[in-house]
Amino acid sequence: MSSESNRRIGVPVFLDTGVVFDELTHARAAEIIARYPMSRSALLPLLHLVQSVEGCVSQQGIEFCAARLGLTEAEVSAVATFYTMYKRTPCGEHLVSVCTNALCAALGGDAIYATLSRRLGGIGHEQTAGEPGTPGSITLEHAECLAACDHAPVLTVNYEYYDNQTPDSALDLLTALQRGDKPHPTRGAPLTDFRANELEIAGIFTDLEQTVEAPTASEPTLRGSVLAERTGQRAPVMPDVVEFPPLPVKK
Amino acid sequence: MTQIPQTAPLTPVLTRRWASPRSWDLDTYRQLDGYQAARTALTVEPDRLIELVKSSGLRGRGGAGFPTGLKWSFLPKGGGKPHYLVINADEGEPGTCKDIPLMMADPHSLVEGCLITSYAIRAPFCAIYIRGEAVHAIRRMAHAVREARAAGFLGRDILGSGYDLEIVVHGGAGAYICGEETALLDSLEGRRGQPRLKPPFPAVEGLYASPTVVNNVETIASVPTIVMGGSDWFRSMGTEKSPGPKIYSLSGHVTRPGQYEAPMGTTLRQLLASAGGMRDGIPLKFFTPGGSSTPIFTPEHLDVPLSFDDVAAAGSMLGTTALMCFNQTVSVPWAVWKWLEFYKHESCGKCTPCREGTGWLVQILRRIVTGSGSLEDLDTMADAAGNIAGRSFCALGDAAATPILSSFKYFRSEFEDLVTGRTPPVVDHRQLAGAH
Repeated sequence: MSSESNRRIGVPVFLDTGVVFDELTHARAAEIIARYPMSRSALLPLLHLVQSVEGCVSQQGIEFCAARLGLTEAEVSAVATFYTMYKRTPCGEHLVSVCTNALCAALGGDAIYATLSRRLGGIGHEQTAGEPGTPGSITLEHAECLAACDHAPVLTVNYEYYDNQTPDSALDLLTALQRGDKPHPTRGAPLTDFRANELEIAGIFTDLEQTVEAPTASEPTLRGSVLAERTGQRAPVMPDVVEFPPLPVKK
Repeated sequence: MTQIPQTAPLTPVLTRRWASPRSWDLDTYRQLDGYQAARTALTVEPDRLIELVKSSGLRGRGGAGFPTGLKWSFLPKGGGKPHYLVINADEGEPGTCKDIPLMMADPHSLVEGCLITSYAIRAPFCAIYIRGEAVHAIRRMAHAVREARAAGFLGRDILGSGYDLEIVVHGGAGAYICGEETALLDSLEGRRGQPRLKPPFPAVEGLYASPTVVNNVETIASVPTIVMGGSDWFRSMGTEKSPGPKIYSLSGHVTRPGQYEAPMGTTLRQLLASAGGMRDGIPLKFFTPGGSSTPIFTPEHLDVPLSFDDVAAAGSMLGTTALMCFNQTVSVPWAVWKWLEFYKHESCGKCTPCREGTGWLVQILRRIVTGSGSLEDLDTMADAAGNIAGRSFCALGDAAATPILSSFKYFRSEFEDLVTGRTPPVVDHRQLAGAH
């Protein structure tokens, strides 16, 4: 709807893809909305749902969410522009996020980011190498702390963890992704693509019994519990009977 | 002969199931005492559970350390509005990496904690707000909720108690500010994640303007253990004012970084001894006791007991016990610049001191690390940081000022050396192109 000629300053512009959301997407939206006491709570998941279809939030995605929830387009676009995970240009098959916060960066995160950017033709933050959505296309981004500092430096592909990376290992991973391979994450489900993971973040699982099985028991995660086991350390033993305190006396 | 430092006394409570095969599934959880606490709790008057948690001394594990039972007791009785429990699983504080492993390794401990807590505060609905990027934690939690419902631990008339509860697993969308509890509530209501003016506090007007408890993952996962072990058992670990076990997250230039569960009040010296010391023998230069928002410490603080009060007395905050350890090779101004880039990116824009201040601080820091700063810049930074701290709408502003104020306290000379050219720039200005 928006074009260069009628763009107003400060008004966010979303891509006009002309997409028509299918019946399945409508049904999934209804399923998400039904989970909440108030429908507007479904907005963040619905924006993820939109991204699972298009790889970004388009103008049609904004209209879809607004119509499902009885909101104005302004209300929806205000939300869509606030959050980092909502992209306004279509993502590649894979979204590669490299943590460049202080701790990961000190351990090599900056070098990893620079190496990947160079290999992708010098692209910058949130830019895509290759035709978005086609096999082997990669969107690169700086990520803030990914809550895996004991596995630093880390990167994620479609938000699945690839731990303890080096510039070389990250380059190997990138090469494999561009070739169409999907190396297994260090922790997380077998790699699919950006859109498939956006569907799960929206809370729609098509294969949860399988994906939940993917291992996460990494060495850093288990270090304390394994060391305790090996050295025979444990918490104090719980008593057999626990007394609950009485109710407070009403004044 | 050098003395071998004493290691940390490990007390796996929350982490005790993590190494079990398929630790995340219901069968494993039930074999290892799972849902026994809920069976007990659902036969007890709800207020007695609140009293139990009060007497245990449990304090919030999300950073602020507020007494958990007291928070629950603030919910008004009656009033006709439903009560809600909201779990803050928006883990994103730099250095913090405990809740996502917990949800991946032992999601049922959180589900059981939600069940007991929701029952205690009489909430029919609980939302677990998980950081959107944590897709595998979302899977594990969604699966655990599904299993718990199928086994009758959620849904209607749970275990014949007449109590009903639904839990929804909700993915966020990438905004650090949503870890602030009122911003989280706005986000959960489908809005921009910006903090609300307090009062009213969430206990009175939280989710959908109804009485709400917002608690951290580790806090609520502790609740079943308190029901099983009692408050005396819980208090047999930790310090008087910070009882219980705590998951300490060691990261950085450490030989064996990872999650170590030990009593509150354990020191970094002990934890490092358990973790094989500093990597490659390069000495520690500075560390954060609880994430980048807590004032940095130096090796002189290695023996500070890591409890809420002891760390505060030493001039910092316990935060999330995210112990980021940096060795002698790391430039302090560089680390501070990196952290400020983070706060600038994550500032929600609602209030002027934080929105404008973080932007200006980043510009000054970029000058300093690339070698074009001046001594005047240091005064400007101290002035700006002082005008953000305590004058912002929420704690994010204070947090953004913290790395500057605390690094000036211990390492101001490093900044001076950079701006006077006594030391070379730590970043090539070309590297700044496209940064963040």
